[in-house]
Amino acid sequence: MAQTYHSTVGSRHYHFKNLAELMAKATPPRSGDRLAGVIAESAEERVVAQMVLAELPLATFLNEVLIPYEDDEITRLIIDDHNIEAFAPIKHLTVGDFRNWLLSDHATPEVLQSVRAGITPEMAAAVSKLMRNQDLILVGKKCRVVTAFRNTIGLPGRLSTRLQPNHPTDDVTGIAASILDGLLYGSGDAVIGINPATDNVAQSVKLMRLMDEVIQKYQIPTQSCVLTHVTNTLEAIEQGAPVDLVFQSIGGTEATNRSFGFDLSILAEAEAAAQSLNRGTVGRNVMYFETGQGSALSADAHQGLDQQTCEARAYAVARKFNPLLVNTVVGFIGPEYLFDGKEITRAGLEDHFCGKLLGVPMGCDVCYTNHAEADQNDMDNLLTLLGVAGCNFVMGIPGSDDIMLNYQTTSFHDALYARRVLGLKAAPEFERWLTEMQIFQDVKTHRLNDQLPAAFANSLRHLPREPRHDV
Amino acid sequence: MTSDKPIVVENPWERLRAFTDARIGLGRAGVSLPTGKLLEFQLAHAQAQDAVHCPLDVEALAQQLQEAFAFEHEPLRLHSQVEDRAMYLQRPDFGRRLNDDSRERLQKAAASQSRVNLAVVVVDGLSALAVQQNSQPFLKALYQQFEQDSAEWQLAPLTIVEQGRVAIGDEIGALLNADAVVVMIGERPGLSSPDSLGLYMTWAPEPGLKDDRRNCISNVRPGGLQMGEAARRLFLLLKEARQKKLSGVKLKDRSEDNVLDGDAAATGSPRNFLVAD
Repeated sequence: MAQTYHSTVGSRHYHFKNLAELMAKATPPRSGDRLAGVIAESAEERVVAQMVLAELPLATFLNEVLIPYEDDEITRLIIDDHNIEAFAPIKHLTVGDFRNWLLSDHATPEVLQSVRAGITPEMAAAVSKLMRNQDLILVGKKCRVVTAFRNTIGLPGRLSTRLQPNHPTDDVTGIAASILDGLLYGSGDAVIGINPATDNVAQSVKLMRLMDEVIQKYQIPTQSCVLTHVTNTLEAIEQGAPVDLVFQSIGGTEATNRSFGFDLSILAEAEAAAQSLNRGTVGRNVMYFETGQGSALSADAHQGLDQQTCEARAYAVARKFNPLLVNTVVGFIGPEYLFDGKEITRAGLEDHFCGKLLGVPMGCDVCYTNHAEADQNDMDNLLTLLGVAGCNFVMGIPGSDDIMLNYQTTSFHDALYARRVLGLKAAPEFERWLTEMQIFQDVKTHRLNDQLPAAFANSLRHLPREPRHDV
Repeated sequence: MTSDKPIVVENPWERLRAFTDARIGLGRAGVSLPTGKLLEFQLAHAQAQDAVHCPLDVEALAQQLQEAFAFEHEPLRLHSQVEDRAMYLQRPDFGRRLNDDSRERLQKAAASQSRVNLAVVVVDGLSALAVQQNSQPFLKALYQQFEQDSAEWQLAPLTIVEQGRVAIGDEIGALLNADAVVVMIGERPGLSSPDSLGLYMTWAPEPGLKDDRRNCISNVRPGGLQMGEAARRLFLLLKEARQKKLSGVKLKDRSEDNVLDGDAAATGSPRNFLVAD
């Protein structure tokens, strides 16, 4: 029988019918929880829920699961993979104590790494609900998650970027032009990753070959990815395509993932298939996952949970498959889930914190859509905060405008701004390449070359003569 | 100032802008966006925000389509449970279901109608502009595909939905006794593309289906995926769905080809210029 929770403030008595409701009502406000009907009914009820949550022992989350074990393979993954030994140093703590401990000098980067396997997504989500933005930043920065394939992502003092050269018709010259623009602005060390305009195996293979040829010709220490469905990439691997990273959007409930058309066994198959290609040079992390608060609700698969708790559960899926990159696409989903710049900012910081605490190599697509109450200033703020928090990577796109997906994310310029003001650098292997290719005059002071580097000047001579005209 | 270097550094690869709508070669002030490019962006964002709130002129669209195609049954005008744009933006659940009046009228219209192969549903979505401008040329291209096919395609009356989301097509397709439904919906406006149409196809539509049962073709607009090519791809998906009696992730889009090759033919270059030696 699930436990219920109570508290009285003054003359008002509050009742929370189960742990899921307590978690939801303790969550800082956002439109998606309102849409789901799980939001606190008043500001006071929210803080009361946070106070009740703060008193709960962390071990509660091992005994009282939010989605039944029999019904959900992610619950089974969370419970079955929980490491009791790693949990031992924190098992006596309440959620409120856990916040204190995370902020304390006891919780060094090394200690945080050692307790990782003992922390469940629900514990991470619960403590995040008690934390202010600065807490999320401070602890997020202490949690280091380093991964590698052809370069090393997530080292302290580094901020990598995904070069995202999307084009509405997957036009080769258009994509190549955006890749060139990005490389010449120092972008692309996390991955060169294309969202194909149409979900189609043959098209994906062509894009994989396109990127592979560029990476090989210029000897770029980076990896490529076509963001198509995992089953498409598996088919591409069978066809002998040059697959570096396997992509999949993931969510925090089995039903969400079923709505995305996969389950955990398919991800295991995909990881093994990509690893069998042995294409990495300095590491074997071959998965690229994207997440985002609201995806479970959007698939009508949230099972009564708040969207931030669902999101944290997605990181249990991610960490099972040793990803190179996990990207919370925080403002993409729209205003029905995260209404404005304030809600997007909070969600971005929560996701980064929860992911890192659980050992996931978090990056963030700092972004918004044209129907959200957000603008470039909101993105500047979140980018800066995430840079301070030690976020592994952000997106890089020409002039912030994704002409394929129709949303705005961080630009090549934005990433250089963040690197400059925060003294951050690209992945070390990629940074060396930027110097060798003369893309930067001085990579340490973030000074770009005013001239076109020789290797690329030559390529421009091979441009098609007639520009493409839309017919 | 002792330096004669310019304040704004232009990018020597600026001429690549002729090959894409992406905002490449913007130049830089230090590492930041030059003022002119910054303001161009702000203007585009302002226009896109305005486009989201512009309503569909459903009367004009219905009339235009009736005149163009001389349907036996005039397009049916339907409405979701959403009352206004503010509600639309925050309550997608209401946008996925028909209001009572629309459901009743649709049931009445369907009562006299036997099973059909396909229902086509036009939905305003987040860009009325996309639907207003692209519905007629796209439908023309799609109907041509049906006419050229050896198999017969029985179509339900065309429906036009206000304040709708993609999934509303499943309810409409089910009520119209259709084997499959195609939703043509205005996609969220991009900065460079306020007029983009998305196409979603479901086999055996019924309320409550999830995304894994749908196939999608996006960016259908004059400056993106051309109407004829989009219709060709959608038709191939429909043929395969009809043959295999399924849709979604189990039905891979095998239209392949011609996108990259077609572009190569148009540009006169068979290869990516970055690797052409």
